[in-house]
Amino acid sequence: MPAESGSHGAHAAREDELTPAGRPAPQRLAQAALKDLPWEVGVAKPDPAIVVDGVTRTFGGLTAVSVDHLEVQRGGITGLIGPNGAGKTTLFNLLTGFDQPNTGTWSFDGKELGKLAPHQVARLGVVRTFQLTKALSRLTVLQNMLLGAQEQRGESFLRALVPGGWRAQEKANTEKAMELLRRFKLDAKKDDFAGILSGGQRKLLEMARALMSDPKVVMLDEPMAGVNPALTQSLLGHVKDLREEGMTVIFVEHDMDVVRDISDWVVVMAAGKVIAEGPPESISQNQAVVDAYLGAHHDAPLTVEEEDRVLAEVEAEIAREEHGDTSPGSDVITDGGRR
Amino acid sequence: MSDLLNAFAIAGKAFFGFQAIFFALLAIGINVHFGYTGLLNFGQIAFAMLGGFGIAISVSQWGLPFWVGVLIGLAAAVVLALLLGLPTLRLRADYLAIVTIATAEGLRLVFRSVSATPVTGGTRGLAAFNGDFIDLAPWDTQRRYDILGTSWSGAELWVVLVGWTLVALASLLVWQLMRSPWGRVVKAIREDEDAVRALGKNVYAYKMQALVLGGVFGAFGGMVYALGTGSALPDQYQNANTFLAYAALILGGAARVLGPVLGSMLLLFILQFADTGLRALISNGVIPEALLSSTDVAQIRFVLVGLGLMLLLVFRPQGIFGDRREVMLDAR
Repeated sequence: MPAESGSHGAHAAREDELTPAGRPAPQRLAQAALKDLPWEVGVAKPDPAIVVDGVTRTFGGLTAVSVDHLEVQRGGITGLIGPNGAGKTTLFNLLTGFDQPNTGTWSFDGKELGKLAPHQVARLGVVRTFQLTKALSRLTVLQNMLLGAQEQRGESFLRALVPGGWRAQEKANTEKAMELLRRFKLDAKKDDFAGILSGGQRKLLEMARALMSDPKVVMLDEPMAGVNPALTQSLLGHVKDLREEGMTVIFVEHDMDVVRDISDWVVVMAAGKVIAEGPPESISQNQAVVDAYLGAHHDAPLTVEEEDRVLAEVEAEIAREEHGDTSPGSDVITDGGRR
Repeated sequence: MSDLLNAFAIAGKAFFGFQAIFFALLAIGINVHFGYTGLLNFGQIAFAMLGGFGIAISVSQWGLPFWVGVLIGLAAAVVLALLLGLPTLRLRADYLAIVTIATAEGLRLVFRSVSATPVTGGTRGLAAFNGDFIDLAPWDTQRRYDILGTSWSGAELWVVLVGWTLVALASLLVWQLMRSPWGRVVKAIREDEDAVRALGKNVYAYKMQALVLGGVFGAFGGMVYALGTGSALPDQYQNANTFLAYAALILGGAARVLGPVLGSMLLLFILQFADTGLRALISNGVIPEALLSSTDVAQIRFVLVGLGLMLLLVFRPQGIFGDRREVMLDAR
């Protein structure tokens, strides 16, 4: 099993190799496991957490998503990139139950997710964030966090009426929330309304809130969009931490430096299809990806000489065809040529 | 001067009267819907009508005991909430608003229609169903009592006492719910449904629970009104009352436990004080008859309330109890 050998190797490396700071070197189990895979669309992963099969979603005549087969490696960071309108967010919506596909199935840990409502998907441990941040403005930062905790007794109507039944759990959740807030440097703002946070802080809060539910898969829709470079670094660190904790991360991002930095595997979408996948270093060499981003004719002749040469070639070809041709059309052309 | 004092006393009675209780219960329900959960219920009066007629029909038409009437009224309100919520709560907030406003108007027209007369009494409504309830009063309900310069009948006092107890219990329930994790989910739904769904909460179920709860408060309000007036007429339950209850809620402060209660008391006080006060000033000749006749007073007082609400929204948009920071977050 490639996955097992990969994990053993990384584990051994962690035992004896320590970074200068004294921290254990990051385990990149997924990277090791994915190292020897062919760079092909729909390639089977050693240990897939999410498997997508034949999912299509059309809006009227537009096919927003049409994915034949896609597997996402457990415990790795998978970057999902593609030009605007490629269907990345739609795919996110489909996977998390926020949208229903026209055809297709997908599963998480072998459980079919096809017919589940968004909250049921979330309860299985697949949480997401949104491209347009959804901080709950008129709740405090701490309340935002507490909302993320799962299986709260006090969230049932009747049990909410008996505070004794949920106080202890609430206290434990509050401690957990404060710990996360400290990690994300939001603890000083715990009693402020989330509505007064800056855009970057809201991104942090949304990620921290998602972590309150102890997710298995975290899906981040453009976590770095509109965030200043310094904060981007800390967000990147947090995303890497998620991998350290064994979570599977899927994220949509436009910044290729970010993608190269943290992804173990990159999936490229264009016009609703997966057009390439592979490790980050493979992507920039991929012809399909270059075509999708820059257009298929971006390498057409650019200089005057080149253009003349191509024109000359075409004219020569036309002339060759005319020699054996006696149609009236060719007469007109030869006529024009004499004048 | 004594006229104005008299007007003040009469308005003071309105401050505590059963109509204030009626609006307070309607507004507490709307507070659960709109203030906390973000549901736009524009037909709260329909729940009140089912509550009032639940008692009236059960007791005077079917001859059932009073308490069974109360249960029937509450059950009817729950059923109405479910019927309204099932098709609309999965959709955007505006759909519930459309359906509730249409239902409130439609239900009233059905209740006052000729074909419904054998059950609801049609436009003449039903009466003589509150005897059992008034008999429960621990004091003599036949004589009148003078309290602080206002005169109350024994029956009136009994309705008011039970009514304010209901308001207190309802407020206590809302207070307890809204400081619990349940309330946190509901308030989060008001802010952004999708975010709450993504965190694993069944938004639809929470909205339904909130709709039923607020509807039951509305039904209690209708019962107090029916018991207070001693009759149930479909045209008492005009949908304008829903919007007066909204006015009371905004006056007191939405998403505050006591906002709807104090808002309703003040609204009734202002309406009554404007009414009696203006009439007194007209009969004194302070306001010349040519400017304002006593027949206009009933309308003018609503104009005054409207002006007052406008000033409130300009200078204190959060209402009496609200938090300005919280209201201003939306304006950004």
